[in-house]
Amino acid sequence: MVEPGTLDVRAKQATRRWNLQGLMVVLFLALFPFLASLVTGEPPDAGRPKFWQGLLIQAYIFAVYALSYDILMGYTGILSFGHAMFFGTGVYATAMLLKHAEWGLGQIFLAVLLITFVQGVLFGLVSLRVKGVYFAMVTLAFAEAFYILSEATDFRRWTGAEDGLHGIPVPDFINPTDQRLRFYYLALGFALIVYLIARRVVNSPTGRVIVAIRENETRAATLGYNTFAYKLIAFVFSGVLAGLAGMVHALWNLNASPAVLSVNTTINALLMTIIGGAGTLVGPMLGAGVLQLLGYVLSRTFGPRWPLVFGVVFILIVLFLPYGIVGTWNRWRAHSSTKDKPSLSSK
Amino acid sequence: MTQEIILETRDLAKHFGGLKAVGGVNLRVRAGSLHAIIGPNGAGKTTLFNLISGHLKPTRGQVFLRGQDVTGLPPHRLAHMGLGRSFQITNIFPNLTVLENVRLAVQARGPDNFKLWHDYRRFSRYISRAREVIEYVSLKGKEHLLASALSHGDKRKLELAILLASDPDILLLDEPTAGMASEDVPELMRIVEHIRQTTGKTILLVEHNMDVVMRVSERITVMHRGRVLAEGTPQEIAANEAVQEAYLGSWGTRTG
Ligand SMILES: Nc1ncnc2c1ncn2[C@@H]1O[C@H](COP(=O)(O)OP(=O)(O)OP(=O)(O)O)[C@@H](O)[C@H]1O
Ligand SMILES: [Mg+2]
Repeated sequence: MVEPGTLDVRAKQATRRWNLQGLMVVLFLALFPFLASLVTGEPPDAGRPKFWQGLLIQAYIFAVYALSYDILMGYTGILSFGHAMFFGTGVYATAMLLKHAEWGLGQIFLAVLLITFVQGVLFGLVSLRVKGVYFAMVTLAFAEAFYILSEATDFRRWTGAEDGLHGIPVPDFINPTDQRLRFYYLALGFALIVYLIARRVVNSPTGRVIVAIRENETRAATLGYNTFAYKLIAFVFSGVLAGLAGMVHALWNLNASPAVLSVNTTINALLMTIIGGAGTLVGPMLGAGVLQLLGYVLSRTFGPRWPLVFGVVFILIVLFLPYGIVGTWNRWRAHSSTKDKPSLSSK
Repeated sequence: MTQEIILETRDLAKHFGGLKAVGGVNLRVRAGSLHAIIGPNGAGKTTLFNLISGHLKPTRGQVFLRGQDVTGLPPHRLAHMGLGRSFQITNIFPNLTVLENVRLAVQARGPDNFKLWHDYRRFSRYISRAREVIEYVSLKGKEHLLASALSHGDKRKLELAILLASDPDILLLDEPTAGMASEDVPELMRIVEHIRQTTGKTILLVEHNMDVVMRVSERITVMHRGRVLAEGTPQEIAANEAVQEAYLGSWGTRTG
């Protein structure tokens, strides 16, 4: 892992190089609908360009969701098995408020923010009292409770029970079918903004304490850091971001189903983070893209047995890229730059 | 100078099952003094430190800091009351750079820990202070190495640097030279002595090297099987027959 200790010249150059590369990627994604239109000869808001945008939109949503998971797993070093709770809460809150209350998007945004914030504080206060596997089990139990709740027939009127909610009435101006191009930019902008916010937070004094807790919680506490408070901050921040990803997920899919609260949804976050590289922000986002596109390509090639093939691919990734795509790349670069410039280590 | 008792334990005990690792220790440490704790392996020195620093809850007894009962407070609270410690088994942030290890210790005492929206690199006073401490323990030039990549001796220096950077009033040093090559020991002990001479800090030191202990400490407490066997000045301890019989003889052969 390349740790920027200070902003010395070399680090500044590296940061600038990263920023430039990032900018190119964003530019490419921003132009993607038109590039796709150029390549296929079809209009940007129809045919294959439209379909491909759909794949990317789902990837952007999962990118935010995976990033939020990595705040916990990669940065704070705590393994949650209940992350789907936040994501699913965002999905259901959005779907229910649109379907039953016909709230505006701004209000729903604030509602999701508030609900997942409170959820994060309450469940964090309880679950963070235990560590390691116990924390994983407690969070799993909470998420499963929400999953069961979403299937409960008592609440069918509001949640649709095991059928979920369908035909969510989203405002026309962002209807994902009719306004695909607009929704594409909405989702891209959403992922970009969340990334920038998360980058600020992980590079803040608080963000550094969180990393210190991952590295050695005892020592962090011995230095005077109330590690519980910092873990709670990370938990809430991560939960709120997952909830917002859930909100956009509901707007995009126009439905809410119990599956978004299931343990599979948590495991997806785990897979995306591992594939992309835990402890980086770009990694899980890339992991989300890889998982999304791989899923599409494999299911087209292998049909319903594609998860088997995916399993093999995943094992290969873990074997050959033990720190994920971005994590391994960072290490490899740090390693080769040390070789090129011995001054880096010996000076 | 002052005779104030800054740290005191009363009948402090910790039992692990049937084992009385610490079995009722009364300790009085004067402010500004260098007080050594010696005793053979398994005497309960580290366990005593863990009780004082809040890493273990005592089975019995109390800990007082500046006269205030602090028994059972968590480590982070005690740190804010000016108690700091280093560890016998190196306890650093392995995948962070040397500079970041120390910088985090400096930051811990500052008011900016809950700032979520500022770049940590803008708080340059933490960085410059960290660089000072790194230079102080002679790790200069290794700021950008990962802590895990350091040699054992350098890790011990980093361990000390992290403690110093958090600027405690009372330093609990648990065998700072543990496992170090013998030629590196004097350098580290010079740093400890220098801290002692140039600051008013209180140092509680666990150390196996008797030459070092006899030279640097003002008072020595000898522990044996979880209890205090003797307490006094280095001269008194050296002259104490029970201590000599039980330890100094065997240590003499151990440390050469
Ligand atoms: N967490 C624990 N659980 C059970 N027994 C323990 C624990 N910690 C220490 N002990 C035991 O308590 C006794 C005192 O251990 P301690 O580490 O305090 O000794 P020490 O004086 O620091 O020894 P050393 O010089 O080897 O560092 C030993 O017998 C040890 O095995
Ligand atoms: Mg010990």
